Amino acid sequence: MTDSAPLLEVRNLRTEFLTDAGPVRAVDGVSFEVEAGATVGIVGESGSGKSVTALSILRLLAENARIGDGSRIAFRGRDLATLDEDEIRRLRGGEIAMIFQDPLTSLNPVLRISKQLVEGMLAHGRQSQAEALRHGIDLLARMGINAPERAVSGYPHEFSGGMRQRVMLAMGFANNPSLLIADEPTTALDVTIQAQILDLLKTLNREFGTAVLLISHDLGVIANVCERVLVMYAGEVVEEGPAEALLAEPRHPYTWALLNAVPRLDQEPPADKRLTAIEGAPPDPSEPPSGCRFRPRCPFAVERCGEHPDLLPVAEGRKARCWVTQAGERLLKPSTAAAVSAPAAEAGQPMLSLRNVVKHYPLRRDALFSPRKVVHAVDGVDLDIGRGETVGLVGESGSGKSTIARLITRIQKPTAGSIRFGDIDLATADRSVLRPLRRRIQMIFQDPYASLNPRMTVGQILSEPLRFHRLVRGPEEAKARVGELLEMVGLSARAAERYPHEFSGGQRQRIGTARALAVEPELIIADEPISALDVNIRAQIINLFVGLQQRLGLTFLFIAHDLAVVRQVSDRIVVLYLGKVMEVATARDLFAEPLHPYTRSLISAAPIPDVAAERKREHIRLAGEPPSPVAPPSGCRFRTRCPVAQGICAEIEPPLAEYRPGHRAACHFSGQA
Amino acid sequence: MSQAADSAAEAWHADRFGRWRRRFGLAAFGAAVVLMWIAIAILAPVIAPYPFEAVDVTKRLLAPSAQHWLGTDALGRDVLSRLIWGSRISLFAGIVVVAIGAALGVLIGGVAAYAGGRAEELMMRATDLVLCFPPIILAMAIAAALGIGVRNTMIAMLVVWWPKFARLARSLVLVQRSQEYVEAAVVMGYGSGRILFRHIVPNAVGPLVVLVTLDVGQAIITFAGLSFLGLGVVPPMPEWGAMVSEGRELVDQWWVATFPGLAILSVVVGFNFLGDGIRDWLDPKSRRR
Repeated sequence: MTDSAPLLEVRNLRTEFLTDAGPVRAVDGVSFEVEAGATVGIVGESGSGKSVTALSILRLLAENARIGDGSRIAFRGRDLATLDEDEIRRLRGGEIAMIFQDPLTSLNPVLRISKQLVEGMLAHGRQSQAEALRHGIDLLARMGINAPERAVSGYPHEFSGGMRQRVMLAMGFANNPSLLIADEPTTALDVTIQAQILDLLKTLNREFGTAVLLISHDLGVIANVCERVLVMYAGEVVEEGPAEALLAEPRHPYTWALLNAVPRLDQEPPADKRLTAIEGAPPDPSEPPSGCRFRPRCPFAVERCGEHPDLLPVAEGRKARCWVTQAGERLLKPSTAAAVSAPAAEAGQPMLSLRNVVKHYPLRRDALFSPRKVVHAVDGVDLDIGRGETVGLVGESGSGKSTIARLITRIQKPTAGSIRFGDIDLATADRSVLRPLRRRIQMIFQDPYASLNPRMTVGQILSEPLRFHRLVRGPEEAKARVGELLEMVGLSARAAERYPHEFSGGQRQRIGTARALAVEPELIIADEPISALDVNIRAQIINLFVGLQQRLGLTFLFIAHDLAVVRQVSDRIVVLYLGKVMEVATARDLFAEPLHPYTRSLISAAPIPDVAAERKREHIRLAGEPPSPVAPPSGCRFRTRCPVAQGICAEIEPPLAEYRPGHRAACHFSGQA
Repeated sequence: MSQAADSAAEAWHADRFGRWRRRFGLAAFGAAVVLMWIAIAILAPVIAPYPFEAVDVTKRLLAPSAQHWLGTDALGRDVLSRLIWGSRISLFAGIVVVAIGAALGVLIGGVAAYAGGRAEELMMRATDLVLCFPPIILAMAIAAALGIGVRNTMIAMLVVWWPKFARLARSLVLVQRSQEYVEAAVVMGYGSGRILFRHIVPNAVGPLVVLVTLDVGQAIITFAGLSFLGLGVVPPMPEWGAMVSEGRELVDQWWVATFPGLAILSVVVGFNFLGDGIRDWLDPKSRRR
C-alpha cells in the first residue's frame, strides 16, 4: 500500500434487499474515497441510500441484503466486501467506529456505562480491565462529560440524549479508530446540543486525525463539519465536490432543490412566505425511472435526460450526474416572488389570549411521606394571537411548547391561568361549553404516522368529523366534501378509499391537515408539523399551509424547534425556555436584533448550509444541558447556561419587559450579550 | 446484475413456501385440529355410534374393539360416543367463558385506563383482589356455593377469568391513549365512548385476540379440572374432565381415562398453535425474514 492510497475507497457499491416483492436496489453503483484524516459528508433524503451505504461499509446489513459482486470497499488495502466475518468483526469498533442516530436506544439500558465503555476495549484485547477503565474515563472527559469518574458508574437512563451521544463517541474512540462513521448523529438532539456535538466531532477529527464520514439529511450540518460532500438520490451519487463550492453553486438540480427548499437563517424570507419546493417524491427504489432518476421532478430537465447520465467532472474537483450542467449550463437561483402586500393582522381584540397559564404535572412520590415533586412544564405564559396572524412558538425540547398546544386545545386542563377565546375562558370551560368550540380550534400533529387512526380509511377519517358536527346531510354530501378536502390539500379524491399506511409521511401530513380543515376552523395549532418530514416535503407542506392561510383566512399557531422554518411562516415569534417566555417580537425584529441571550444563542447554534457564511457568523455556544423542569433554577431560568449571567439573575426573575412596541424580552441585560 | 446475486435472489423466492411453512405450518395444523373438534361437536348426534347415556352393565369395561372403538366405561357406555358428545360441553364452556371473560375484561380495563384517576384505581384494585386468589380454588369455592351444573361452573369460572383480560386491556389502551390520533379525536370533540370503542379498542385488539385463542385451551383444562373434581356436569352428561375422573382408578382399563385425556391435550395444543400463529401474524416485526 502506498501512502497516497486513500484510507477508504468505495468502488461501484451495489447493495440490494431481497424482498417478497423482488429485489430492491438501495445503493446502485456508488463510488467515493475518504482520505486519512478527511471529513466527508453524505447528504440525501430518506430512501436515498445514504445509511445503507454506511452500513454496507461495515457490513451491518439486514439478513436479506446482498452486496453485489462487482463492489469493492477497500479499507487500508483490504476489501471489506469479501472479508470473512471474524476479520470484519475485528475492524468494527476497532479501526472503524460507528455512531448512530438514536442515542436513546444505542446504549444497553441495564448495563452501567463503565461496563459498556470497557467492553469494546476488552473485546479488541489490548488493555487490562483497569487500564481500559482509566482510558474510558479519560475519553469521557475528552468528550466533555463532567465528573467522568462518577458518570461511569451511572446507567444510560441517567443521561440526556446529548450526553449519551458523547458516551457513544467515547466508545467509538476507545480503540483509536482511523475512520468514524456517524449516521445522523445529531438528528435527535436539540439545536444547542447539536452545535456542541458537531464542535466535538470537528475537534476529534483535528486532534486525533480520525477521518469522519458524516451522514445527514441536513445540509447545514454537513456544511459545518465536512470538507467534501456527496449528494445521493435514489441510490446514486448525483453530485460530489468540496463543500464550499458545492453549496455555493450546486451543479446538480437535486442539490439545487435541497438547498433552496430549506429556509435560511441569514436571509430574509420572501414576502409571500413560500419556499422553492420541487414536486413529487423520490422514486420507488424497486423500479427506478429510466434515464436520469431525478428527471420526473427536475425543473431543468431537457430531452437528453431520457438517457441515464454518468457522474462526470464538471469543474476542478467536482463531479455531477447531470446532462444540463455537464453541457455548461448554470442552475440559477430561484426568483423570489415580488412582495405581495401581506394581509396585515387586524389590530384590536386578539382572537386568543393566554394569561399567566400554568401547567404542572405532579410526579409519583419517591416514598410514602416524601414531598410530591412537580414538573413545571408551563410556568406562567402570556400569549396573544390576533385574527389572521401566524404566531410562531419556538423552544427546545422541554420548553413547554407542545404542552401549550395541548392546553389551548384542552387535551389537557391548565393548572392555573386563563385562555380567552372570544368571550369564553377555555381554561375553565366544561365539556358542554367546549364541544361547540372544538370546531373552531383545530390541531395538526407532529407525527404523521401516529396521528391518523390506522384502522380507518382516509374517507372515514375525514367524514367522521363532518357527520359528527352535522356539517353534511347524508353520505353523498359527505363523500363530495371529502373529495373537496383532499383536493384542497393536494391529494386526489381517490385517496379516500385507501388506508393511512399506504401513504408517505408528507401525504399523511396532508391528510391530517385535511382533517383539521374539515370542520372549517378559525384557529389551527400546528405542533411541529414538519419535523418528521424530509427537506423537500417540508417545503411542500409549508407552502400548503401558507396557501391555505391566504385562501381561507386562517389563524395559525405554528410550533417548531427550527428557527428558520418558524421565521419563514410567522408574523410574530415567541421564544420559550423551560416553560417561560424569554422573548416576543415580530419575525423581522427578532432576527434583526435579538434581545435575549437565549434567542441569540439559538440563532447562532442553527447551522447554515453555506460554508463561507458559517465562517463569518458569530458563534455563541451554550454550555451544558437545560436544567430539569422538576427543579428549575431560581431567578432567571436561563441563568445556568447564560453567557452574561450575573448575581442578580439568581435572585430576581426578570419580567417580560417591552423594549419597543411589540418587542419584549425577559432579561436583566437585554441586548447586551 | 451478477449471477451469484441472481441465484441468491432466486433461492430466496423459491423458498417462499418453505418460509411460509416455517412461520404458519404449526398454526395451520392448530387451526385444523380446532376446526375438526368444532365439526365433531356440531355433528355429534350424527356421528356418535351410540347414545351417550345408554347404560348396559353387561358390557362394562370392554377393551377397544370393532363394536366399541375406544372401549366402554364402568357402566358399559361407549367411550367414543361419550367423547364425541363431551366435546360439545368442553368446547362450549371453553369458548364461552373466554369470550365473555374477555369482553368483560376489556370493558373494565378499557374504561379504567381511559377514565384514569379514582375510577381506574378502584377498578384495578378490584381486579387485583380477584387475582390474588388461586383461580381454581376460588372457582371451586364459588361453584360449590352455587351448586353443581354446567351453567354454575361457567359463572364461577367467569368470576376468576376476566381480571387478566382487564389488566392486558388496560395496558393496551394506555399505550393507544397517548397516540396522536386519539388526541386528534379529543380535539374534534368526540365523546369518550366513541373515542374508546371506535378509535382505541380496534387498535388495541391484536394482542387480545392472541390471548383469547391461547386462553381457550386453558379454560377447557380448567373446566375439565373442575369436572374432574365433580363440579362441572350433572351425570349422565359426558364431559372430558369428568370422564378422566371416572377412569382414574381403573389402571387396567386404561382406555377409560386415556382417550378423554388425549382429547383435552389435542384441543389445548391446537388452540396454542393457533394462538402462536396469530401472534406471529399480527406482530409486524416478525413479518420480516
